Amino acid sequence: MSTKQFLFSGFGGQGILFSGKFLAYKGLTENKQVSWLPSYGPEMRGGTASCSVIVSDEPVGSPIVSNPDILVAMNLPSLDKFEQSVVPGGIIFADSTLIERKVTREDVTVYYIPATKLASDNGYPTLANMIILGKVLKVLGEFNTDDLTAALKKVISAKRADMLDTNLKALTLGADYE
Amino acid sequence: MADKVLMKGNEAIAESAIIAGCRHYFGYPITPQTEIAAYMAKRMPKIGGTFLQAESEIAAINMVYGVSSAGYRVMTSSSSPGISLKGEGLSYMAGSDLPALVVNVQRGGPGLGGIQPSQSDYFQATKGGAHGDFKMIVLAPSSVQEMAALTVKGFELADKYRMTAMILADGTMGQMMEPVELDFEVKPSPEKPWATNGTKMQRTHNIVNSLSLVPEELERLNFERFERYAIVERDEVMYEEYLMDDAEICIAAFGIAARVAKNAIVKAREKGIKVGMIRPITLWPFPKAPFKKAAEQVKHIISVELSMGQMIEDVKLASECKVPVTLCNRAGGMIPTPEQVLAHIEDIYSGGAK
Repeated sequence: MSTKQFLFSGFGGQGILFSGKFLAYKGLTENKQVSWLPSYGPEMRGGTASCSVIVSDEPVGSPIVSNPDILVAMNLPSLDKFEQSVVPGGIIFADSTLIERKVTREDVTVYYIPATKLASDNGYPTLANMIILGKVLKVLGEFNTDDLTAALKKVISAKRADMLDTNLKALTLGADYE
Repeated sequence: MADKVLMKGNEAIAESAIIAGCRHYFGYPITPQTEIAAYMAKRMPKIGGTFLQAESEIAAINMVYGVSSAGYRVMTSSSSPGISLKGEGLSYMAGSDLPALVVNVQRGGPGLGGIQPSQSDYFQATKGGAHGDFKMIVLAPSSVQEMAALTVKGFELADKYRMTAMILADGTMGQMMEPVELDFEVKPSPEKPWATNGTKMQRTHNIVNSLSLVPEELERLNFERFERYAIVERDEVMYEEYLMDDAEICIAAFGIAARVAKNAIVKAREKGIKVGMIRPITLWPFPKAPFKKAAEQVKHIISVELSMGQMIEDVKLASECKVPVTLCNRAGGMIPTPEQVLAHIEDIYSGGAK
């Protein structure tokens, strides 16, 4: 049985909920069991917005991710809040443009990606979320352009078809970042 | 077979209501159920339906009363404090024997409380909801797919028994997205010879009213209504059993609590502790029989709730106090973790419940 629990966290407006939704749809197009649960409420204004995503071969029990296998932290408050909750052996992806400190845990794997800087340097200022997600998928061995295109079609409406290509480029940019 | 799509629980309720033939929605925004109203605002005008944001919850429920009187499928939705405001309308609809679907996506209380998930309106929903002798059919979904399916079922049951059916969900169920398949066979709305939809000069006037000043007559109406409730209790109980065949400890949980408990049960089973679960899907009528049966088999029942312990009273009644029933809970918008439930199970197990 394979179950992966993801926690995406950052400022409201960084596209945290969208990248989580995209990942859930990717699981759905691959016939996995998935759940997506956002944090909601006043904490979204200025503090951390987060969402729990579970992708599994089995029916999903609780949709609440309290101990993620994979944490995507896109700002410092998110890393501060969730670093300790990651399971031992888990993976943390941190946006190093906005998070100046290093992860202190030694029992997790960490990837630092300057996603926000890569986004603005390459003309996708709103797609830091997808850049960092590209890296996540690459590390997990799930970066496959055909699967990603199929999943993007589910989350991007036909009217915004131009955005599909842009998102795919952002995902690739993150996947290729060393 | 329709394609599976990802939907929020709230959106699944709204779309399923439309599939069930509901063309009239009245509501007033409140977190965490606002997506229902937002979805209806978008869809209803496109399909010739009515979306109306009322000036208050009280207005909305009375609009529901009106449309139901005219014989149409109609709904409203709110969250805990808003449902309290609708209480008077719920009682009037019961007194007038009007069908409707009411959705409560619960949040922490009492009072204005918070906006995080809760199950603390269990008493309110299952024990009547307002003044007078009456019941509502209370449906407790535990997945987005069930949010959808129970919405359709709710309209059918409401029409069949001329009662309010309530979806009792919580903030998590409303906000979470899961794959959902929306291909339902919907029983069409039955003939409603009591509806106030115009006599066409061919019949006497129908009157929909909850006022009855002659006590002998009002008593008769109450007894008749409870004969109908007895049929609901006999025929419409729904529940799910999970790993109960060899269980020595039984968990009672509904909605999100059942999802959390399931994780704990899997972990307990890995440790060799035989735990199962009875998950009520109808909270009223309450699934008394499976708990009565479980009490002959298990040594202990644990009620897992997002409240200070409300369903636990029905669990104790149904199991006739033959085995101890303990509470594992969080309240005020907090959700028990699988670890908390597992610790409770292990505590009971090591205490001699094996």
